[in-house]
Amino acid sequence: MKKILLSVGVIGIFILYSLHQRDEANSVHPTSQDQLPLNSVGSDSSGNPAISSAPSATSNNSVTFKSGTFTGDVADAYYGNLQVSATIVDGKITDVQFIQYPNDVHESRSINTQAMPYLKQEAIQAQNSQVDIVSGATQSSEAFRQSLQSALTKART
Amino acid sequence: MKQTKIIMGMPITVEIVDNSATDKSLQQVFNYFRQIDKIFSTYKKDSEISKINRREIDKKDYTLEVREVLTLSEKTKKQTNGYFNIWHNGYLDPSGLVKGLAIWNASKNLKKYGFKNFYIDAGGDVQVYGLNSQNKKWRVGIKNPFNQREIIKVLSLTNQAIATSGTYIRGEHIYNPITNVEQKEIVSLSVIAQNIYDADRFTTAAFAMGRRGIEFISSKKNLEGYMIDKDGTATFTNGFEKFVC
Repeated sequence: MKKILLSVGVIGIFILYSLHQRDEANSVHPTSQDQLPLNSVGSDSSGNPAISSAPSATSNNSVTFKSGTFTGDVADAYYGNLQVSATIVDGKITDVQFIQYPNDVHESRSINTQAMPYLKQEAIQAQNSQVDIVSGATQSSEAFRQSLQSALTKART
Repeated sequence: MKQTKIIMGMPITVEIVDNSATDKSLQQVFNYFRQIDKIFSTYKKDSEISKINRREIDKKDYTLEVREVLTLSEKTKKQTNGYFNIWHNGYLDPSGLVKGLAIWNASKNLKKYGFKNFYIDAGGDVQVYGLNSQNKKWRVGIKNPFNQREIIKVLSLTNQAIATSGTYIRGEHIYNPITNVEQKEIVSLSVIAQNIYDADRFTTAAFAMGRRGIEFISSKKNLEGYMIDKDGTATFTNGFEKFVC
């Protein structure tokens, strides 16, 4: 039973993390989605949680964690290794730090050392308008989940 | 009709604007992603990729899907001067190509069913077709790599795709402890292409090139790019501007 509760907790945390960024990105425009409590997130046949709407940041009380900082295992992300540590205070994750983040570079094989005649530059600036979709980097989410999961396993009471 | 599911460790959203869309149309897309994940997941122990990496399958017994991905990866490696590589320390990890290919194939399936106005977004890599529910081109924001709450560019796209590679950033800090200074320079690279397969694989390769990645994108026909460095300066291709709202 304890195992089931833990996995529910871990999956829940991951869902929140996954939707957190999207949620936040969406929050700059008025079409915010309806918020569902976490326990209404169902599961489909393959075990993937099904979400028809972004869940709100509901705390999950089904798992208890020790306070402290716990380092997760190294997980293989697309560009290399990823490892996180989770800090837990009073049963809640207060911080997640990246100890290793995938980084892959082969600078010795430069392809073009010339100037950039067809390129332009500008300082980036926040936009305050409505969008349908957001493009952003998420390729390490699975590795993130894995490393975080092992950190939380270590924090189990 | 719009729905999000977590598959392949990331949120996948499908929206179909056409009236003929049913829940079944969406589920077919999600089921396709699950099939792909079953074969290509590097996390599922019983996936074909995991079996290959444990040396449990002979080359001659690879499925057609895996053979196709291996061929496409080799081709992409040549097209990117070796920067695109699915082999890491003797282990196979084709995720840099599989995601884009899966979105592209799922989009082609939706077109085959007769849908004209839809998008598929898998973890921030997006293929759009036709128009949105307001009968306008799809408005796609590029996330601010320094602040997840913000969008720093709004693009107007139709029958196109955009993929973004980046480092993970929380607040003001770039959590990238690997000592290579060059790669720390670039925090985000977005590439617009005709299809998400190209956008995804070329973004992945160009991001690994560091500052020179945008030159590579600029040198490719039909690709436009927007690169952000650690100081918040964006460098972008000439043709990128025509998509900016």
